[in-house]
Amino acid sequence: MSTTTWDIELHNLSGGYNQTRILKGINGSLPAGKISVILGGSGCGKSTLLRHILGLNRPMEGSIRIGGHDFFTLDKSQFRKIRRRMGVLFQDGALLGSLTLGENVGLPLAEHTKLPKETIRKIVLHKLGLVGLAEYIDYYPNELSGGMRKRAGLARAIVMDPQILLCDEPTSGLDPINAAEMDQLLLSMKKHFPSMSIIVVSHDLESLNHIADNVLVINKGQAAYCGDLEGLQNSDDPYLKQLLSRQPNNIEQPAVSLGADIQAELSNWLR
Amino acid sequence: MKSYSKETAVGIFVLICLLCVGYLTIQLGKMQLGSSNTYIVYAKFESAAGLRAGAGVEIAGVPVGKVASVSLDQENYLAEVALAIQKDVELGDDIIASIKTSGLIGDKYIKLTPGGSAEKLENGSEISDTESAVDIEELISKYVFGGV
Amino acid sequence: MQQQTGIQTNPVAALGRSTISFVNSLGDIFLFFLEGVRLIFSSPKQLTKIIRQMYFIGSKSLFVISLIGIFTGMVLGLQGYYTLVKFGSEGLLGAAVSLTLIRELGPVLTAIMITGRAGSSMAAEIGVMRISDQIDALDVMDINPMAYLVSPRIAASILCFPLLTALFDVIGILGGYLTGVTMLGINSGVYFYRIDTSVVMADVAGGFVKALVFGIIVSTISCYQGFNTHKRTDSVGPESVSNSTTAAVVLSCVLTLVSDYVITSFLL
Repeated sequence: MSTTTWDIELHNLSGGYNQTRILKGINGSLPAGKISVILGGSGCGKSTLLRHILGLNRPMEGSIRIGGHDFFTLDKSQFRKIRRRMGVLFQDGALLGSLTLGENVGLPLAEHTKLPKETIRKIVLHKLGLVGLAEYIDYYPNELSGGMRKRAGLARAIVMDPQILLCDEPTSGLDPINAAEMDQLLLSMKKHFPSMSIIVVSHDLESLNHIADNVLVINKGQAAYCGDLEGLQNSDDPYLKQLLSRQPNNIEQPAVSLGADIQAELSNWLR
Repeated sequence: MKSYSKETAVGIFVLICLLCVGYLTIQLGKMQLGSSNTYIVYAKFESAAGLRAGAGVEIAGVPVGKVASVSLDQENYLAEVALAIQKDVELGDDIIASIKTSGLIGDKYIKLTPGGSAEKLENGSEISDTESAVDIEELISKYVFGGV
Repeated sequence: MQQQTGIQTNPVAALGRSTISFVNSLGDIFLFFLEGVRLIFSSPKQLTKIIRQMYFIGSKSLFVISLIGIFTGMVLGLQGYYTLVKFGSEGLLGAAVSLTLIRELGPVLTAIMITGRAGSSMAAEIGVMRISDQIDALDVMDINPMAYLVSPRIAASILCFPLLTALFDVIGILGGYLTGVTMLGINSGVYFYRIDTSVVMADVAGGFVKALVFGIIVSTISCYQGFNTHKRTDSVGPESVSNSTTAAVVLSCVLTLVSDYVITSFLL
């Protein structure tokens, strides 16, 4: 396959789970060699989009073109070739609980190459070193903190030197220091692998401002914005403004008011 | 180191279980390994009711072999029983094979009663004198309803 | 929409629907099994994984199988003795114990024990991997999750179940010896002579056929339930894992006993 650039283009992409349509015709492009952030509120279809790009779910309509190939019409061997050039960091790392960090990170190498064990261990040590976990190579995932698991997941995602690195909410559930470290790591990945496309699914505005070159905003299953970060910050669109300035929607007052007697009874119990 | 000890554990497990498999198949299942140390003679009975493969063959109460198979002789509708006799036991050609029951309701076995002939039975030959199983039910009904 | 609710409330249609879905899932399970078996031979690297599973299913079950084997044999010895002594034929104890064990109890109790020990953990482990994206992660790394998770377990079960059954049979016969000969005073030679004359190859082979089939059933059902945890309609998240595990154990035991009847009726 003579793919040189690994741009990802979405054409009128619709998809979801079991008849429920979550994505409704998304157009956009995620260029190679940049960090693209897919931004959106909870339940807007970010993760669904990620699963489509990964080829885990087939879209209902539309297409995903990776490096100019229509991903879902490729035959099996070509599909797998592209798959092998992807690295994924899942939300909680998705490390296999029965293997040590070293075995986890080295798993793709052990399964797909005939490299000797010592060589694999050296590669694994190098990749774990990139995320600062080299001394934890013989630990099991549940002996580590959530932030470490995510970093180890990142090490596994880059062990095959992928062309596309996808990260599902890399900073969610992390304290500000760990989150900042993760941003730093993603930026260093970009420096290490200049031709790699990094796609980050997130709703973390802080890290968006730090790392994003390119942003795809999804709202209610549709692309609300696709372009560079500055364009987003200068946009006049009311939804985008609301999103960036963290304005809440008005939550309606509860329609049923609690009677005074019930309130009194409740206070009685809480005394 | 760790995977080494795991492999050892699996090895021990397989070894122990294979010993059990060996006991079940060779000792109890009478599976033949290598050349057999028995020879086969045939005997035809009018009735081999209750006799099945694996039953004992005795001479004077001493086990000398086993029943290898029980099948039907299609020509004259007799039960054809193949007896696997130990090689070191020689049988004369006038030997009598009879089906007996151990106890009143016990298993059926074959009792061989030797005669005086000097001619030996070869592998695959047939015992001409046979005695079928005594049908106890028939005996009892004869006794109850008369006719003995 | 209205029609759909109509279907749901009509009891006959509901029966039909659940029958159809049951048959569908049986078909699914069968295809799942075929795929799992095909992938056993997909790569020489499978061997290490099979050994790892054999360690878990086989080696770690040695103790518990020996334990229930000896007690099953002992109780058979006791019960058999007090039944047979009424007819004055306590000499037949060896035959009674060994035939019961080799034909029936050995394969069935081993299968049920291993369902509880290994089947449940197969379903739970694969189920947790499913809901925490680990199976998707394998998929994305272009590692076939069926080949990585399911095939080694099926292969190891096919190997381990007959082996453990043989162990159970032999230990059980020794258990019968303990009660029958050492406790109740049957002649030891008679005990083993009776075993020797009553057991034939067909009994032993039949027991192994059963163990083989039970191994296939238990591993396939357990892996299938775990693997499809995310497709459960009755629950999500951790609860779905616990439901998958329960379903795996219950279905495995039920199918084990049903197939036991079917195989027995074919063998006899």
